[in-house]
Amino acid sequence: MRVWLRLPGAGLRIIISVLLIVIFLMPFYWMILTAFKTLGEVLRMPPKFWVDSLQWQNFRDAFTRINFLHYTRNSLIITLGTMIGQLVVVVPAAYAFARYQFKGKNALFGIVLATMMIPGQLIFLPIFVMFAKSGLLNTYVSLIVPFIASGTAIFMLRQTFMQVPDSQLEAARLDNASEFRIIYTIMMPAAVPTLSTLALLTFIGTWNSYFFPLVWTTTDAVRTLPLGIQKLQDVEGLSPQIVMAGNMMLIVPILLVFLIARKQIIKAFTYMGVK
Amino acid sequence: MKRLRPSVQVLPYLLVAPAVIILTVFYLYPILYNIYLSFFTWNMRGPMKFAGLSNYAELFSGRDFLHTLLNTLLYMVMDVGLVMVLAMGLALFLQKNTPLNRFIQTLSFTPNIISLVSVSLIWMWLMNTDTGLFNYLLSVLGAAPVGWLTDKDVALFSLVLVSVWKSVGFNALIICSALGSIPGYLYEAAALDNASKRSVFFQITLKMISPTLFFLILMNIIGSFQVFETINIMTQGGPSNATNTLIFSIYKQSFEYYRVGYASAMAVVLMGIVGLITIFYFKALNKRVHYR
Repeated sequence: MRVWLRLPGAGLRIIISVLLIVIFLMPFYWMILTAFKTLGEVLRMPPKFWVDSLQWQNFRDAFTRINFLHYTRNSLIITLGTMIGQLVVVVPAAYAFARYQFKGKNALFGIVLATMMIPGQLIFLPIFVMFAKSGLLNTYVSLIVPFIASGTAIFMLRQTFMQVPDSQLEAARLDNASEFRIIYTIMMPAAVPTLSTLALLTFIGTWNSYFFPLVWTTTDAVRTLPLGIQKLQDVEGLSPQIVMAGNMMLIVPILLVFLIARKQIIKAFTYMGVK
Repeated sequence: MKRLRPSVQVLPYLLVAPAVIILTVFYLYPILYNIYLSFFTWNMRGPMKFAGLSNYAELFSGRDFLHTLLNTLLYMVMDVGLVMVLAMGLALFLQKNTPLNRFIQTLSFTPNIISLVSVSLIWMWLMNTDTGLFNYLLSVLGAAPVGWLTDKDVALFSLVLVSVWKSVGFNALIICSALGSIPGYLYEAAALDNASKRSVFFQITLKMISPTLFFLILMNIIGSFQVFETINIMTQGGPSNATNTLIFSIYKQSFEYYRVGYASAMAVVLMGIVGLITIFYFKALNKRVHYR
């Protein structure tokens, strides 16, 4: 019995449902529609809610007006680099925090937890100065390394590693398995759901990231797709159909991932939210 | 028993070292460095000049900073208030697990995984004064066009709308899962007691999900202080500074006016505010909120 106050009647429920669908779908529909219109149709008042002929060349225009491939390549390198780097850095750390007693463990874990509270947007400037002084400006390293030691990832993975039964570990140790082998053959298989959750969250976060690629670079050398699309807005702002076509090309990969892994993504966000 | 090998003493440190070093270099050290920078005047090129507290003095004596701070607070109050109320309503509306509700839930969550750049560009197009869909719909209803992003009394609220659209689905999802975890016997007991629906809602539902609500409020507050993408893409802080908020101002002072010390001082103040809110949150949490 999950009833409170008075539930709206069936008719009202349907009206609200339709309204909600329109509210959340309309902006996307409008983007797609605009991306397929001609400039004339885009500027027409009253606007058309359908197109007669699809203008595929809007996509070709968006593709060529900015160096789309260059930005996409940077986005892929930085996204994959962060995902792989995270695996290399986070897994051993989470394993040690979950499975070892050592001096200073609590203090070191405290550092991990503390970093989860600090909004990165507050310290972009000192890090920019650090990059400038060390010659790391406009390198892939500057957009990958700060994000591979994610406190959230260490925390989540540690919780999972702590649940692996002791007996499995003891057996492996009696067999003289190396620590590397233990991590690789016992811990990681047991943590596959958590690892894939983290991979998804990192993919979404890095692919969408705009702030840090913007403030930690001074040239286009390693800038990513979201910055490329914004540049498209700057040079083609008077041709919304081209901007929306470019925008669609930025959204589609993430939407595909969402369609494929919808349940897992929602579970991952729920976990982060209720933790 | 654990077999102690000689390596065991060093090994855990080796395992955590990369992560701890990176977190120290890119989180802890920059905080201290930020505070240090706030005591200097520097334009990133020339020599750094020690300035004592003059950056802070300038912050609090000038109008600009207070105006920016006020914008940030105004944005925060509108954003957090609307998100929480609407998310709560949406969650209650979607409580029943039907295919339609699941579809709406997924749909309302989708904006949350889309880049804020994309979201900003779409809404900028919708909110265009002359050719935007919103003003067309208003004209159909016979209303005057609104300068969504060009009217200084409306622009900040327009940015709030975008933020609400993006995050309400996520917040509703979390509230939904909190609602789902309330044990059914509480409601059964209330039914036996003939409790009114209103008191069931306030005494059971709201009480049981209060830790979740508190957590969401904190996350939304901290998130609202960080608003940047929509401002940088949709309004550039305008019109006439109406949407200039703290992070955007720090960014502008840094990369447009090259005032590193002044920008750092602003970041220190914002850090203090965020820190105070977090402390207050944990204090309040200990006292008030019902724990299971």
